[in-house]
Order: sequence, then structure tokens, then C-alpha cells
Amino acid sequence: MLSIKGLKVKLEEEDKQILKGVDLEVEAGKVHAIMGPNGSGKSTLSYVLSGKGGYEVTEGSAHLGDIDLLDLEPEERAAAGLFLAFQYPVEIPGVGNMTFLRTAVNAQRKARGEEEMSAAEFLKVVRARAKELKIDAEMLKRPVNMGFSGGEKKRNEILQMAMLEPKMCILDETDSGLDVDAMKLVADGVNALRTEGRGFLVITHYQRLLDHIKPDVVHIMADGRIIKTGGPELALEVENNGYADILSEVA
Amino acid sequence: MAEAATQQTPTEALIATLDLPQGGWSDAARKDALSRLQQAGLPERRDEYWKYTRPDTLTQPQAVSAAVRASEDVALFDQIDRLKLVFVDGVFDADASDDLTLEGITIERLAQANADLHWARDLYGTLEKNGQTPVARPLAALNTAFAADGVLIHVTDKVSKPVNIVYRRTSETADVMLHNVIKLDAGAEFTLLENGPVAARFNGVLEVEVGDNAAFHHVRAQGRDHEQRAATHIFTRLGTESAFKSFTLTANGVMTRNDCVIELTGDDAAAHVAGACVGDGGDFHHDDTVFITHDAVNCESRQVFKKVLRNGATGVFQGKILVKKDAQKTDGYQISQSLLLDEDSQFLAKPELEIYADDVACSHGSTSGAIDEDALFYLRSRGVPHNVATDLLTLSFLAEAVEEIEDETLREEITARLAEWLERHAA
Repeated sequence: MLSIKGLKVKLEEEDKQILKGVDLEVEAGKVHAIMGPNGSGKSTLSYVLSGKGGYEVTEGSAHLGDIDLLDLEPEERAAAGLFLAFQYPVEIPGVGNMTFLRTAVNAQRKARGEEEMSAAEFLKVVRARAKELKIDAEMLKRPVNMGFSGGEKKRNEILQMAMLEPKMCILDETDSGLDVDAMKLVADGVNALRTEGRGFLVITHYQRLLDHIKPDVVHIMADGRIIKTGGPELALEVENNGYADILSEVA
Repeated sequence: MAEAATQQTPTEALIATLDLPQGGWSDAARKDALSRLQQAGLPERRDEYWKYTRPDTLTQPQAVSAAVRASEDVALFDQIDRLKLVFVDGVFDADASDDLTLEGITIERLAQANADLHWARDLYGTLEKNGQTPVARPLAALNTAFAADGVLIHVTDKVSKPVNIVYRRTSETADVMLHNVIKLDAGAEFTLLENGPVAARFNGVLEVEVGDNAAFHHVRAQGRDHEQRAATHIFTRLGTESAFKSFTLTANGVMTRNDCVIELTGDDAAAHVAGACVGDGGDFHHDDTVFITHDAVNCESRQVFKKVLRNGATGVFQGKILVKKDAQKTDGYQISQSLLLDEDSQFLAKPELEIYADDVACSHGSTSGAIDEDALFYLRSRGVPHNVATDLLTLSFLAEAVEEIEDETLREEITARLAEWLERHAA
């Protein structure tokens, strides 16, 4: 599903290499986790895949199915089925959450040549999905992420994911700033979206999110490369011993 | 010396083309205004408050002709239960207007209100005259002297629905001056709505006397008419515990100058003035000039102005808060911001505070900036195309000004209209 080959990325403005050759294959129906110390390039990977400016790909490729992601604008990548749940969701005053969601859903449908969702149909679906995530009607009416708590912002990200029904979901440190209950709600939301046809890439510092969202494959990233790949036990190893052992083992 | 005698000043040249309406209760006020105009002379570029806005097309004897296009602003408040008054090219259209009877108010036309002892006699030109110091506003004096028509509204009670003055423009050359006077008695409440393009060139004055405990709401949509030129003036005086709230939406118009002069003369009064403006093109020029005088204790004033400028458009904001010596506990707030969608557009802001009281809270801020890249990426990452995302963020930027409209229905009408404009632009 998601296929990354030899991806090298530097900052556009300065001569600083962030990703130094990343290879990664995420199959449909699987959950991959990327763990790693601060500054290893995890978030950069998520931004480059979703098309944020400020980065320059110097080598390598990234495909979603047959589609060359790196050639596309961010909105085209989204329409192709890529979704990034932000570590820090952006507050947008004056734009209602519902307006935003409906604009996004219908823009993607339009881009794919599908029929747009009617207001009534949209309302029905969004209410049902919001209820599952314990997002109340008031939150839907408020401007995007304005005055939302950390947990509400993350639940709002998952709601967007549920509405947009992407093929490939990247979660960038979705657990940051969440207490245990909020994390469980978010994880439940993600687990409900796990299907045969959908891939997940979960970026996190900590094992604890992976207790709730059970990964099939765990990668350790350090200094712009994936240095070790294993099963769920790899996450437990990090939890118990930190990254130092793995880093020295590889070095 | 014969040559010198034929040399007219621009002010004399303009006056020579106009007829002073005569024979009514406003005669004295008109003559008085004429002498104010003659004394001050028409605005020129060297005048301090015309430094950023060229007055010539507003002051020359002949209005520049402006092509007529359909303006959807004419229908802006059609869904609202209101009393409608229609002016076409500055001429009252009785057939298109509603009956002028409404409980709690009397509505008359300036051109017809000729009764000897008229209530407006004490008000017509009075607030305009007060507003001439310390800064002269000659175009307002010109209006008081020569305005052919307008509405006079006396509000004696809480009025059940708004009065909506709808302007339509069918002439490419109409040069129109209208003068509206509104008096709210103590405890009265009234909402005035104005929308549509008035004329190729429009000079407007609105004088509002807000009595003790009275509340006046004003929502205005200028345009949408790319070629019109307008100089408008609001003069208001607020009594004790009264409220004045005015919001103006401007979308295009080749030259717009909106003056708002507010005098807080009763304690515990509140004056809010806000504007949202969308300007497109190198010939777009929009100027908001506000002067608020605090002359009473514990009054609040807010100025919230937002301008979106693209393709070389120019926006100007000149806002002053004057706090007199005894106006303690004044709470003054002023913000003016522009969203510049390209490098050719410009925003010129001149915030001024002049404070003589020692126990006041006054703040002001002015910013110019581009679209927030993080927010833009966030929207695009959800599949919202670049142009639509830009429009959403533009609405988001204007929201703070639009939110100054207290009535939810009116606020939604204005927001919907803004969204429509943006959508059309994107298409």
C-alpha cells in the first residue's frame, strides 16, 4: 500500500539532511509503528509524505499503491487516500468544524469524480461518527479546534479520519498531551477504523499507545534511518531498556 | 485684475455646479454648513487625514462615470422581516418601498419634511458640525448643505423590526448626496440596515442621536459594485448607558472613504464600530477613518477593522481615540488588521491615542500579514484545494469583525454573503 524507497530529504532553506535513506513498506490491513528518539526524523517523514512545504526530497520515492505521492499537491495526496493525524492540530477561528469537515469530504469526492454528499446525509453520518468518539454537537458547531482541549483536538483528528475514510493513515504522536482515558478513546476510534483495506503508520515515542493500538510491525528510527524492524516485542524492549541498547547494537 | 476674478478655487467651482435646496426648516442649517465648507475648503492631498487617500475623484465637479453591473447586495436582507425603503440612483422609489408606518417610529423623507416645527431641525447638521473639530470633514459639510433627500427617523420606543434602506444603481453617472438623521429617545431601540450600491458617486451623511438607555444597531453592506465611488460619514452622540453598534461590509468599489465620528457624552455608554472589507485589484481603494471622543465616565469603545487585499488593492485605516480629562474609567480598544494575499497589495494604518484622563485602559494593535501557512497546509492535507482553503482562511480572518454584529441572523447573512463572493472568485 505505502511504499517508501531510499527516501532522502533535506531542509529547503538550509543544508541539513533529515532523512538519510528510508525504506518502508506498509501493507493494506496492517498497522506499522515507528518509534525513535527525538530528532530522529519521524515527524519529518510524516510531513514529507503528506506534502508540507519546507522540505526537499533529494533521492528516493514514495508511492501509495500506484500513485507517486511526491509528485502531488497535499490536497491531491489526500484525495488519493492519504491522511495525516497532526501532532498539533491547527486552530482556525471563524470556520465551523462542520463546514470544514463537509468541505473536505466533498472536495475529496469531487477530486475522485464521486458524487458529493448531501447536507442531510453528511449530517447523519457525522453525528453517528461523532457520537462514537464522544464528540458532542457543541464541538461540531465550534470553529475548528478553537477552545478544544488536547484530547478533544485529537478526537477531532480521528473524526476527520473516520469521515474521510482514507486508505493510508499516518498518526503523528497522537498520544502526546493525552491522559489515559483520552488516549483510550482515541485508540478505540482508530481500532474501529482498522479494516482489511486500510494501512496505518503510527508514530510515537512511547510504548503506551501501542498497548491500545496493537501494531503488526514495529520500526525503530534513528538519525534519519530505520535501524531495526521487528514485531510488537520490539516496542516492549524499548519500553524496558530505552533506545540506548538498540542504538549501540546497531552501531 | 480681471483675470484674478475668474480664478475659482476648486471649492467655489464645485459649489457653482450645485443648487442649495431652499424653503424648508433645514435652510439655516444648510447655509451654516455651506459657510463651513467655504471656510474649510474641499479636502486636498496635503491634509493630514487625506494623506493616504486621493480626494480628487470625490471632490471634482463632475463624477467619474461608472459602468452599471448587477449587484447581488440589493437582495442581501430580503429574508429578514423589515421595513424596506428603496432609493434608485438616489431617488426615493415609493412603489418599491413599504408603507412608512411602524409602531414606535416616525419615518419621513428629508425632501418632503417641510413642517415648520420639525423635530429634526435641532439635529440636522448639528452632529456633523460637532464632528468638524478638531478635524475638518468638508465633504460632510458639503452634504449637509446640498443633500437632496434622505430619511428622518424618530424612534420613540423599542421597534419590532429593522428599517432597511436598499440602494439600487441604474445610472452610470448619477452623483448623489443623501443625508439621514435618526433620533432615538430615551430607552428606544432601533436597527438600521443599509445595502446596495447608491450611485456612481455617493456622498452620504448619517447623524444619529442616541438618547439615554437607548440602543442603535447598524449593519451596512456597501457594494458589491466595483466602479462606484463613495464618501460616507457617520456622526453619533451617545447618552448615558446607551449603545451604538455599527458594522460595515465593503466588497470592492474603486474608492470608498468611510468616516465615523463618535462622541460619548453620557456615562456608561458603549460604542462599537467594525468593518470587514474585501478588495481586489490595483484600482481598489478603501479607507476607514474613525474618531472616537470619550467625554464621560466609564464608557467603552471598540474599533475592529479587517481588510483582505489582493491584486494590488490598497486599504487605509486611521483610527483615533481621544480621552478627555474627566473621562475616567474609559475602556478603549482598537484593532486594525489586513490580510495581504500578494505582495502588490498594501495596507496603511495610523492608530492614534490621545489621553488626558489618568485612569483609563486603552489598547490598540495593527498588523499586516499573509495567509497562515500552517493552517493552509492543515486544510489542504484534508483534501481542501488551495484556492478553497485560502477562501476559508480569508473568512476566518474576517470573522472577528463580523462577530461584532450582535444579531445572529444578520451575522449569518453577512457571513453567507462573504462566502458567496469568495466561492465565485474561486470558480
